[in-house]
Amino acid sequence: MSAVPDRVHMTLRVNGEDQPVSFAPYKTLLEVLREDLGLTGTKHGCELGECGACTVLVDGEPLLSCLELAVDCEGREIQTVEGLASGTELHPLQAAFADHGGSQCGYCTSGMLMTAKALLDREPAPSRERIKEAISGNLCRCTGYQQIWEAIEDAARVMREGKE
Amino acid sequence: MHAFNYHRPSSVNDAAALAAKQAEGKLLAGGQSLVQAMKLRLASPSDLIDLGAIGDLKGIKVDGGSVSIGAMTRHAEVAGSAEVKKAIPALAYLASQIGDRQVRNMGTLGGSLANADPAADYPAAVLGLGATVVTNKRKIAADDFFKGLYETALQPGEIITQVSFPAPKRAAYVKFKNPASRFAIVGVFVADTGKGVRVAVTGAGPSVFRVADMEKALGAKFAPDAVAGIKVKADGLNTDLHASAEYRAHLVTVMAKRAVEAALK
Repeated sequence: MSAVPDRVHMTLRVNGEDQPVSFAPYKTLLEVLREDLGLTGTKHGCELGECGACTVLVDGEPLLSCLELAVDCEGREIQTVEGLASGTELHPLQAAFADHGGSQCGYCTSGMLMTAKALLDREPAPSRERIKEAISGNLCRCTGYQQIWEAIEDAARVMREGKE
Repeated sequence: MHAFNYHRPSSVNDAAALAAKQAEGKLLAGGQSLVQAMKLRLASPSDLIDLGAIGDLKGIKVDGGSVSIGAMTRHAEVAGSAEVKKAIPALAYLASQIGDRQVRNMGTLGGSLANADPAADYPAAVLGLGATVVTNKRKIAADDFFKGLYETALQPGEIITQVSFPAPKRAAYVKFKNPASRFAIVGVFVADTGKGVRVAVTGAGPSVFRVADMEKALGAKFAPDAVAGIKVKADGLNTDLHASAEYRAHLVTVMAKRAVEAALK
C-alpha cells in the first residue's frame, strides 16, 4: 500500500467565498467545514446519514456532509447555515424558527434550515405535505415538528411578500 | 474516518486499472452505504476509487422502447426526469421513494445495485422489468445478476456502467416501508412487459426474487384479485425487529395486489 498523502490543498467555495484549505483527503465535508474552516454551525449527529443534522447545500441541493468527502466538493457551491443571514439581518427562515419555537435544543436546526431553504428556493408556496416530505430526512427530538412546519410556512409567506 | 488513499479517475478504464491494482480497494459511488460502513468499521478499504468524475457513467437516455441510465446517475435525477416519467413512470416513482431528499441527491443507481442491500428499492425495478446490467466487461441479465445477501454476479473490480430498462406496457411499484429509513420492509414491482408479467419482491428475502405463481396468474388475468389468494412461503424470508418472516410473507401478497391495482390506474 502506498503512503496516504498527509494533506491535499484545494479551494472550496463556501457561502460565496473561495476558501483555500488543506486537509487530509479522507476527511468528510462535515469535518473539513468544522475543523479546517471553523464553521461549526453544521452539526455532527449520527455520522451515518440517518439524522440530517449535518445537512448542507451543495450546488443548491441538500446533502449529508457526513457522508460526502470534501475532496469531491472542489468547484462546487457549498452553503452552510453561516451563510444564511445577510449581515445582521436573519434569513426569514431563521427569524421564523425563532418566532415559532421551531428550535429548542438547536442541534437539528442548522440542518433543518438548510433543507427548508432548498425547498423554498424551488417551491415558494409548498403545501404542508410537501414540507413534511422535504424535511423527512431531518430528525428533531424536541419540537414534535409542528412548530417547524409552521415556521417554514411562515417564512415562505414572508419570502413571497418580500418579492412582491 | 480512518485513513485511505483517494483516487479520482476520469475514465472507466482508469478506474478498472486502479481497482485491479488495489486488492483492498473499493469503488466509491454515492457513498450512502459504503461511507457509512467505513464509519462503522464494517469496511476499511486501503484505497477509495471515486467514480464521481467519470462523465460516461452519468445521464439518462431514452431510445425507442428502452431507458438507459448511467450507473452514477443520482436517484433525484431519475425521480425528476421527464423522460423517465413518460417512458417508465413506475421507475421514476420508485426512485422518488428511496430514502429522503439528502440521500436521493447523493445515492446512485449503480451503487445501489452493486451493494445489493436486501431492502433496497432499485433491485425490484431491475428484476421486475427484466433490465440488463451493463458493466465494463459484459452485459448481465437481471435474472443472473442478484445472487444473495449483498451478493451479485459482479467480479472483483468489475464496474457497472449503465442499466438498460425495457419499457413495459404497464408497471407499478408499491412498498411497505420502514417509516424511519424508508427502506422496503417489503416492496413489490409488477410489470406487464408485453412478453409476460414479471413480479419482483425486495425487502422480504436475503435478495430480490420473482414469484412465478403470481406471474402466471397475472398473465392469465391482470387484476388485483388474481394474486389475492397466492401466498409465498415464510421459510427463508427475513426476520428482524421490524417484521417477522410470516408477516413479510403476508405483506408480499398485499403489496402485489396494490401494485397491480396501481399499474391499472
